[in-house]
Amino acid sequence: MANTFADFTKGILKENPTYVQALGMCPTLATTTSAINGLGMGLATLAVLTMSNVVVSLVRKFIPEKVRIPAYIVIIASFVTIVDLLMHGFTYDLWKTLGLFIPLIVVNCIILGRAEAFASKNGVFRSLLDGLGMGVGFTLSLLLLGSIRELLGNGTIFGIKVWGDAFKLFMMILPPGAYIVLGLLAGLFNFIGIKRKAKIKG
Amino acid sequence: MNEGARIFLIVLSAILVNNFVLQRFLGICPFLGVSKKIDTAVGMSIAVLFVMVLASTIVWFIDRLLIALNITFLRTIVFILVIATLVQFVEIFLKKSSPSLYEALGIYLPLITTNCAILGLALLNVQMEYNLLETVFNSLGAALGFGLALIVFASIRERLELEEIPQSFQGLANALITAGLVSMAFMGFQGLVKI
Repeated sequence: MANTFADFTKGILKENPTYVQALGMCPTLATTTSAINGLGMGLATLAVLTMSNVVVSLVRKFIPEKVRIPAYIVIIASFVTIVDLLMHGFTYDLWKTLGLFIPLIVVNCIILGRAEAFASKNGVFRSLLDGLGMGVGFTLSLLLLGSIRELLGNGTIFGIKVWGDAFKLFMMILPPGAYIVLGLLAGLFNFIGIKRKAKIKG
Repeated sequence: MNEGARIFLIVLSAILVNNFVLQRFLGICPFLGVSKKIDTAVGMSIAVLFVMVLASTIVWFIDRLLIALNITFLRTIVFILVIATLVQFVEIFLKKSSPSLYEALGIYLPLITTNCAILGLALLNVQMEYNLLETVFNSLGAALGFGLALIVFASIRERLELEEIPQSFQGLANALITAGLVSMAFMGFQGLVKI
């Protein structure tokens, strides 16, 4: 049971897709101009990742070894199309802001990576948990990055005023801000990792 | 504005103003992955240039077919399959016809399938409703812009290898902050071209 639970939790901190594995950098950098955009992108990826993990795990015994990658890509692309159409229908504003990056979930290396590394080797339930865990980890990373950029660049989080116009670094919402904030966060995560290792060693 | 000037502006804007890596955030994985040495950066840039122009041209024709059949909602699936197949074909073709080029491109060719810059460019061209000529030149500009950013970035990283950097900021963190500074420099081109 503890093992099953670990399938879910490993994606959140220990194997966090963004800060530890550095996967899926394009949407991470591009869509985190505000907390809500980051959250939206994270949830869209979470949905595709979970569903594709389940389906890949279901069909893993029928797909010949040699054509597995194209087969996975078709499965992923189908779910991306579904999410794309649903978002167009129900969350039109978000769909417009995320724009190109919704169809580009297809080439997000996290999804193909999990299909290949986990779902193609494990049962449906474990793959489901793995997909959910990785998705939640990715969503939290994007939410964190989006919140920091929105706070520094606009003085708000989720559109709610924190310090408003008192301090604004407009640069943070522009592309360079994405690289710099993510770089600093990656450095911080490294720093915490090194400190924890030193502690364990005593 | 005549056609020639328009094409020129499309290319210039794709290289400098809307640089794929630094402004649009497409193709970050190869940008961070193969930028440790200038040699590999050049190899990757050439491979991307080749595949980008070829892929978006072919995708343009296929898109006519999708529009004719009224199934444009299938774009994502069809495009990614076309790109994946194309990369495979290019690989087989080069292996037979030009082994030296194949050797030079090496592992970069298969890696390109998952490069979101290729699919991103194909989708962008369709969204902008470019005609065939504009598609070809926009792809050329995008690829040159990708190459420019990659090579500039690789040169900076080669220098940084020799510097002493705090332990926690080695690797990814340092690369991202450097990319941020390069991106900031490219912000200077903003407003240079208006189409």
